[in-house]
Amino acid sequence: MTDTEKPQSDKPAPDVDPHDARAERSRSLLREIASGDALAGVLAVLLAIFVGSVMIAAIDEGVRETAGYLTARPSDFFTAVWEAISGAYSAMFRGAIFNYNLTEPAQQWRPLTETLKFAGPLILGGLGVGLAFRASLFNIGGRGQMLVAGGAAGWVGFQVDLPMVVHLPLAVLVGMAAGALWGGLAGLLKARTGAHEVIVTIMLNYVGYYLLFWALTKEWLLKTPGSVNPKSPPMKDSAVLPDVLGERFNLHFGFVLALLAVGVAWWLLNRSTLGYRIRAVGENPHAARASGINVGRTYTVVMMIAGSLLGLAGVNQVLGTVPSGVSLDLDAGIGFDAITVALLGRSRPLGILAAGLLFGAFKAGGFTMQTSENISVDLVLVVQSLIVLFLAAPPLVRAIFRLPAQEAK
Amino acid sequence: MSTVTDTPTPDSGGLAADTAVAPTRKAGARKLPIALGVLTALLAGILLRSAHSGDTTFQLAAESDFVTLPDIVVPSGPTAWVMVVVCLALTAEAVRRMLAHVRQPGWIPIVFAIAWMTGFLSWAAADGRIRLVSLLGGAVALAIPLVFGALGGVLGERAGVVNIAIEGQLLLGAFAAAITASTTGSPWAGLVAAAVAGALVALVLGLFAITYFVDQVIVGVVLNVLVVGLTNFMFRQVLTPNAESLNSPERLRAFPIPVLGDIPLIGPILFRQTPLVYVLYAVVAIVAYALYRTRWGLRVRAVGEHPKAADTVGIKVNRTRYRTILLAGAIAGLGGAYFSLVSVAGFNREMTGGAGYIALAAVIFGKWDPIRATLAALLFGFATNLQGVLSAIGSPVPSQFMLMLPYLVTILAVAGLVGRSRPPAADGVPYRQQ
Repeated sequence: MTDTEKPQSDKPAPDVDPHDARAERSRSLLREIASGDALAGVLAVLLAIFVGSVMIAAIDEGVRETAGYLTARPSDFFTAVWEAISGAYSAMFRGAIFNYNLTEPAQQWRPLTETLKFAGPLILGGLGVGLAFRASLFNIGGRGQMLVAGGAAGWVGFQVDLPMVVHLPLAVLVGMAAGALWGGLAGLLKARTGAHEVIVTIMLNYVGYYLLFWALTKEWLLKTPGSVNPKSPPMKDSAVLPDVLGERFNLHFGFVLALLAVGVAWWLLNRSTLGYRIRAVGENPHAARASGINVGRTYTVVMMIAGSLLGLAGVNQVLGTVPSGVSLDLDAGIGFDAITVALLGRSRPLGILAAGLLFGAFKAGGFTMQTSENISVDLVLVVQSLIVLFLAAPPLVRAIFRLPAQEAK
Repeated sequence: MSTVTDTPTPDSGGLAADTAVAPTRKAGARKLPIALGVLTALLAGILLRSAHSGDTTFQLAAESDFVTLPDIVVPSGPTAWVMVVVCLALTAEAVRRMLAHVRQPGWIPIVFAIAWMTGFLSWAAADGRIRLVSLLGGAVALAIPLVFGALGGVLGERAGVVNIAIEGQLLLGAFAAAITASTTGSPWAGLVAAAVAGALVALVLGLFAITYFVDQVIVGVVLNVLVVGLTNFMFRQVLTPNAESLNSPERLRAFPIPVLGDIPLIGPILFRQTPLVYVLYAVVAIVAYALYRTRWGLRVRAVGEHPKAADTVGIKVNRTRYRTILLAGAIAGLGGAYFSLVSVAGFNREMTGGAGYIALAAVIFGKWDPIRATLAALLFGFATNLQGVLSAIGSPVPSQFMLMLPYLVTILAVAGLVGRSRPPAADGVPYRQQ
């Protein structure tokens, strides 16, 4: 929804007593909060977390044991449920933000840096998907764009010998260019033939996967000499993204790149001519064409930018998070996570920043939850997708919580 | 950000070619001759670059045939060149028809494909043996989930609901089949559970896409992620600790049909398969018949092409859509049983490995028609199996490029290079009653 489409029920009615008008206004404000998107968003998150809690409780052994004598001693059951759920979420908190079990402050705050590390590629990917959304394009090709970009950046990263000032930027740029090529291909096909970008990007994911797979079997490309594993040699030090807070933390320069990308994307969308064209094409391609905008070229350009952003996410993995070598799982599911980030962030750069941080925290906390509470990190995937589903259908959330329906606009 | 949460307009919903940019000119006539010419040149190029000598054996017989067909032994090089000549002749015929403005008949590409493949195989398998039965029979087996998924996709989209969630339906089907078959001890119960699981995913898809007008592509993608998360979670927390009782189903065994299975060549390929394949034959036939020859099929297609018109004549649009996608989901779910009851016994993380997306590709490559989509799925199954066979006999073509083929073909198809695909008119557009 655009900002201008908020419910417009707060216009004071003419010729009424001021007291009544004020009361009317506050009532309608309440109604607006109750029926607005913001509340539905918060409730969507709460609902998803609730479902996650039910899943945690359902697989907990203590809960299942006590459920056997639920009618005899219900308090045992509820204690067990509480312990299972609070244990899981406090583990997530310790893994994502602040570990109160440790004493040294630097170590206590270390989880927060992990969250930022995971958030970086999610924000970059979310921007790539979100930017395409603004032009009414659905970029499901994040995985392929990341794989191709990661492979290209990785090739520069270990095959080329250069001083760091040249090597690192070159590797990053080559990766972004590869991502732009992969994304732009989908845009170009749409512009020239009308081929639907959803199909093309899905198919390009697999083409990119097998292309990287093939490259990992050729020594002049990415194969490690003498190894049978589909994995490249580690990156040279001169091509690795430096740590931001010193060697004690895993947080690398990729997060700074993500922040920069948020700024650039915001400027691009809201302040540049290209951004205006993108939004115009997204709102109504026919009207945009009638007013002289080259729709096809806009599709191609926006997909190139989206591809380069997802490419940057892939570069972030290869040169930052996992510099030990390019492998086939370098995308780590980020290509699809990026879709949920973009949807939760409503395709606005700042929203995507917030959504990326939230899902980054989920990821960092999820791994701690898996190791300390033995609850699979896949729970995070479930909660994440439920948030997006509930968010996409505010009427459903309102129906579940029996909130008043949004007024017709 | 109107594109994501608001109602999709006919332009933004569905998988139709974008009318704002799509070229309107007819560019169809030249495509076939050009494609054939390129392929012929490619084959000749391969032969020139690395000539193979020796003989190639095409084995037609399976182990226990009633009538044993003899092996066909041909010299590799000359046979391949003969096939190049055949391909050239077919290309010339296509060019002649193009110049004479005569319609290109369907047999040209089919005969061309067979000749091309024969030439290629006799070159690739020089001094080796191609077992036709395992090459084609394996292709049928590998295509099972693709055909089920593609049929589910075709049905849903003919009713106007885009189903990107085929992958999720296959995966949940595989999961439910493994658990149910393990607990009940009957793989048949597993099949039923797989169908129910597929329909369940379809129900959620319908709830969001039909009742709440959420963009169908988005719901589909998110549903896939949700199913991956759910099944991975359950696999780690529940299935792995209790693998004995919950994840050790009995496999569906191959069941040769008495008389049909004894037909030379065709019998071992088509009729010595698992019962799931026979179910598949029935489902293909029923869907193809029902969609075009029954009142129900007419309604489904009406709802997918022009829901408003359908509504005016009294067809309940959304109810029809719900019923159709539930059925479609059940069919796709059945395909999931292939992974955990036929291919291997038991469920594993993300074991469908993108088959749902290949099925989606088959839907589009098959132009939203059940029979064509089935053939497309079979073709993709053949490409996958051919890759396995070629890497076993040591083919010089990298296996990754063979595996890439279905996806490349689909891109070419949606780009209009291999015949233009046109989806049902109201595909992906939610219907709001006025």
